[in-house]
Amino acid sequence: MKALIKKFVQIPGPSGYESQIRDVVRAAVEPYADEVIVDALGNLIVRKGEKGPDGLRVMLSAHLDEIGVIATHVDKNGFIRFTKVGGVFPAYCVGGHVRFLNGTQGVIGLERKKGDIKLPTLEKLYIDVGATSPDDCPVGVGDMAVFEREYMELGSRIVTKALDDRIGVVVLVEALRQLSESGVTSPHELYFVFSAQEEVGTRGAGTSAYRINPDVGLSVDVTTTGDTPKGSKMEVRLGGGPAVKVRDGGMLADPRVVEWMVSTAKAHEIPYQLEILLGGSTDARAIQVTRAGVPAGCLSVPCRYVHSPSEMVDFGDVQHSIQLMVALLSASIPQL
Amino acid sequence: MLEIGQKQLELLERLTNASAVSGDEGAVRKIVLEEVTPHSDQVQVDAMGNVLVTCRGDANADGERLKVMLAAHMDEVGFMVTSDEKKGLYRFSCVGGIDPRQLVGKSLWVGSDRVPGVIGAKPIHLTKREERENAISLDSLRIDIGPESDSKIKVGDTATFATKFARLGKSIRAKALDDRFGVATLIELVKHAPQNIDLLAAFTVQEEVGLRGAGVAAYTFNPDLGFALDCTHARDFLPWDEEDENASYNTRLGAGPAIYVADARTLSDPRLITHLVSTAQDLEIPYQLRQPGGGGTDAGAIHRQRAGVPSVTVSVPARYLHTAASLARLADWEAALALMHAALSRLTPDILESERSYCG
Repeated sequence: MKALIKKFVQIPGPSGYESQIRDVVRAAVEPYADEVIVDALGNLIVRKGEKGPDGLRVMLSAHLDEIGVIATHVDKNGFIRFTKVGGVFPAYCVGGHVRFLNGTQGVIGLERKKGDIKLPTLEKLYIDVGATSPDDCPVGVGDMAVFEREYMELGSRIVTKALDDRIGVVVLVEALRQLSESGVTSPHELYFVFSAQEEVGTRGAGTSAYRINPDVGLSVDVTTTGDTPKGSKMEVRLGGGPAVKVRDGGMLADPRVVEWMVSTAKAHEIPYQLEILLGGSTDARAIQVTRAGVPAGCLSVPCRYVHSPSEMVDFGDVQHSIQLMVALLSASIPQL
Repeated sequence: MLEIGQKQLELLERLTNASAVSGDEGAVRKIVLEEVTPHSDQVQVDAMGNVLVTCRGDANADGERLKVMLAAHMDEVGFMVTSDEKKGLYRFSCVGGIDPRQLVGKSLWVGSDRVPGVIGAKPIHLTKREERENAISLDSLRIDIGPESDSKIKVGDTATFATKFARLGKSIRAKALDDRFGVATLIELVKHAPQNIDLLAAFTVQEEVGLRGAGVAAYTFNPDLGFALDCTHARDFLPWDEEDENASYNTRLGAGPAIYVADARTLSDPRLITHLVSTAQDLEIPYQLRQPGGGGTDAGAIHRQRAGVPSVTVSVPARYLHTAASLARLADWEAALALMHAALSRLTPDILESERSYCG
């Protein structure tokens, strides 16, 4: 499974331009799917099973897109100005490596005036691809790039870019595979949505939820932790198991969905944590307010350094997340 | 190719001289209805005041036609009277994004009778030094229509800048080019609707306060594709004080219609960007790519409606948007109309055969 994680995170797929990773995910899930479609915004929607007498229409989502940057200007010396795609922190950019969708690589530089000690802003950054003028620059206005950083394993920890949310994608792909290979038939009609454009405002989740019109929605995304030096005051920590999201900046999770997740974790003796995130949001918030409303929640994989090129998760948490997801989908949902 | 002649200029003049602040779009709606009704299969005004126009095309060999929605917003940024201080003085707020620093001394038309007024501030010899060092806040400004006026201006009335349309050689100077350019272009497209598509024209309301009309219109139309026709900033004058290159021009005057790749609300569908760019290149119509980032158009609401709609925006570049007077080049508007008409005429259902993808 680590090979799958490494493969998925390396494929560039910034918001709006997810097709390369979508094709790879589609190939991975097609053997287990009853129906596969790609919709108007580029969401990959996979249906498995029919609704049994005890079942519901369940929508799961993990987003395909990662944060990135987009070129706004190539100056007379071939340096590229850019703006962000999704939540990019300028401080994480300085000295970073990027790769444009056309393969061009570059390094992010910073305008530096003597004595300047303030944190950089996007306007003071530029990308250097080794060009000397607009004529020999292989990048133009509107071209997108993603951050590059190598994949590392540090004991049970995995460090790489784009764990947000390729790790969620892996959780869903593995859960689908295990459900299919176990011979257990879920009572539910399951929709696995590998969504587009989450990082720019949960855009794909809203439109795919409208199409599916589910009875319940559950997204899988990363959440931050409180276990780093002078970090935020959060209970969630690496190694504590999957986090059951109670609330974040965009959503108050449905208490019945929270209870479904907690009681299932307890029944299967899977470690879990309760998550309250002060900021942020996930696909679940868009699903919750679709049409006439949907009970929604989120299973979070704890992650340090979110939205940096060196995001870190614990492999044990990932395995427990998959285990919990399989358990959730294998049985009826008495809470709803 | 469609061209801009005297009739089109006169239409733009009528449109820009009309006052239609967000939520109060009646004056422009009236012009739109007069212009489009003889050329449409169906016209309706919906609950929010959007004008929804359907021009059905001919069936193709397979009987399919793309349902293509085009949106142009009727509303402009402006002002609303918030309290009556008597003697012809009124407090007011802004409707839509207006920089309060450029309001003092501007002439306005107030209310449905377009009573002339002026925005005034405390006389300078009555100010303290600290007050003069900062920009004048909205709280210190008043609309003054004169004490003798027995007009019926009341709280809730809207007001706009009192700028009249003028042709300045190759340029146009008017208020509300954002988005009367789009409205005028869409009227022309309705009058010359290509027969290969169902053209669903939405003259929308309340774009400037949050793209509110467009989402509703898209829900009704439920289209296959969406195009927003808008007007966007050209900040292409030389930097005032630096020898640096201007790296944040957004768009440039004279470089043709601006095709959007990304703004703050929409990541344009690459299939539509490619279609527009190849149409422009094939027919040698000038075009530019708007710099990514910031801003939003009706496409922001349209593409997220129902199960999603592939969408893109094409805008006419103009300087000094959201001020008393904007400036644009006639040639850019003409090229925008030509590009849109050609691009629509070349659309086939094949465009949706491929999935939304990165096309290197």
